[in-house]
Amino acid sequence: MPEFHRKIERSAIGFVLAIVVVSSIGGFIEIAPLFTIDETVEAAPDMRVYTPLEVAGRNIYLREGCYACHSQMIRTLRDEVERYGPYSLAVESKYDHPMLWGSKRTGPDLARIGGKYSDAWHVAHLFNPRDVVPESVMPKYGWLQRNTVRTDDLGEHLAAMRAVGVPYTDEMIANAGNDAFGQASPDSSFAAGVSERYGEATQVRMFDGNPEQVTEMDALVAYLQIIGRLTDVAHKQAALAQEGAK
Amino acid sequence: MDIGERDPVTGQMTTGHEWNGITELYTPIPRVVIFFLVLGTLFSIGYWLLMPAWPLGTTYTKGLLGLDQKTQVEQQLELASAERSAWTSKIESMDFAAILADPALMTIVNQAGSTLFKDNCAVCHGTSGTGSQGFPNLTTKSWLWGGDPQTIFETVRVGINSTHPDTRVSQMLSFGRDGVLERAQISDVVSYVQSLGGVAGEAAADSESVARGKDVFSANCVACHGDDGKGKPDVGAPNLTDAWWIYGSDRQSIFATIFNGHQGHMPHWEDRLSNTDRKLLTLYVLSLSEKKT
Repeated sequence: MPEFHRKIERSAIGFVLAIVVVSSIGGFIEIAPLFTIDETVEAAPDMRVYTPLEVAGRNIYLREGCYACHSQMIRTLRDEVERYGPYSLAVESKYDHPMLWGSKRTGPDLARIGGKYSDAWHVAHLFNPRDVVPESVMPKYGWLQRNTVRTDDLGEHLAAMRAVGVPYTDEMIANAGNDAFGQASPDSSFAAGVSERYGEATQVRMFDGNPEQVTEMDALVAYLQIIGRLTDVAHKQAALAQEGAK
Repeated sequence: MDIGERDPVTGQMTTGHEWNGITELYTPIPRVVIFFLVLGTLFSIGYWLLMPAWPLGTTYTKGLLGLDQKTQVEQQLELASAERSAWTSKIESMDFAAILADPALMTIVNQAGSTLFKDNCAVCHGTSGTGSQGFPNLTTKSWLWGGDPQTIFETVRVGINSTHPDTRVSQMLSFGRDGVLERAQISDVVSYVQSLGGVAGEAAADSESVARGKDVFSANCVACHGDDGKGKPDVGAPNLTDAWWIYGSDRQSIFATIFNGHQGHMPHWEDRLSNTDRKLLTLYVLSLSEKKT
């Protein structure tokens, strides 16, 4: 052994190569699971994609740094499952680019927040969290209600998502702006197209209670109301496990 | 390696290497470092054998202990529900009246119900159930849909104006925005509604306005709120004669309510909470209003 080491130490190229090989072992072990990701992520054939309004809301969620205080990842721990619902599956963040699992909870986990509370509550809470939860330390986001949401670039956002594997169709990309408007304006002529392109289960509502304009509040609430509901595979799996237990 | 000599200045051994007359003291790595290095290596090998460790294409080495976090959490949940089954089975099988009459069981109901309430209901209805602007107070016994246990249980199950197929549906029409009533008429109705007795601290409107308001009220409002304004629980119309107001009782708030209408939304809990959990919540919510009296 010392003889081998003496020999390799004296050959510059050989020694550099040896260093590269040894230091890449750890990296390779970390990367290896990604090569088989298609086989290891659960199947969810019924999974829908984010609508343009939800994409806009998700971008606001990113812009405001909501992920710094709210995780979107229910771990496989008893107390988390009892409080928040079925634990998160990999497939549920399949269309999240980047994923928003987060690593810190100043506020509660949001992985199952969709449909848990009413739109009116979300608006009141974002406007001033202390109005509904007196002990909250969350900042106010009332100004979202005054900002009209930018829809002209949503087609490009969808195209970018398609480039990394989200199955948006050409039609969805071409109509992105109209669909974003339609989803928050149930009485408009654009509303029908949203359900047609994104499925009947899509929530077409006036999210912020203001019929006159589509605001950033509309977009953010639309996104909050769809978190965890792109697919119900986690709920199905939990129900199966429960039946198995009986 | 050559055998070193003792350095005359420090008295330590040298390594025996010599560069142009300069020698090096022999200071090996302390034994304790070697000891922990070996210990750490042995621990890793043991860990690799016992726990899931190495990726192998589509699978991985499962480890001799066969631990898996998904089955573990399922086992823990089963264990937890088995621990609770002593009293959850009673909650499940007994009817509301019997549970309410059992003080020992109600102590547990209040503890477990409080946790469930804080996790799920408190953000709208408040931690003590007193609600806030736009979200009903649950401690008043002034129930929109009726306050007996079975009715509350059903409300929790299906929600109000929710996405549940059996949802309770209720809507206060927007009499002003939709042009059913003139502004003056709405103003009169506000006077009349305020005269019904539920509003404190507002100057009384003139009696003529109240009289005009009464006519408009009987033509438009009685279908839901009843001839006497006491509300109808079967359509979720609130009692206008008591002191409890969801959207505010001042002149402007009532005017805004009549002008714009309201359609409050309570989510349904059938998918999220088990039968037992919803029953616990019903009993807990009932106890909130009991405490008040």
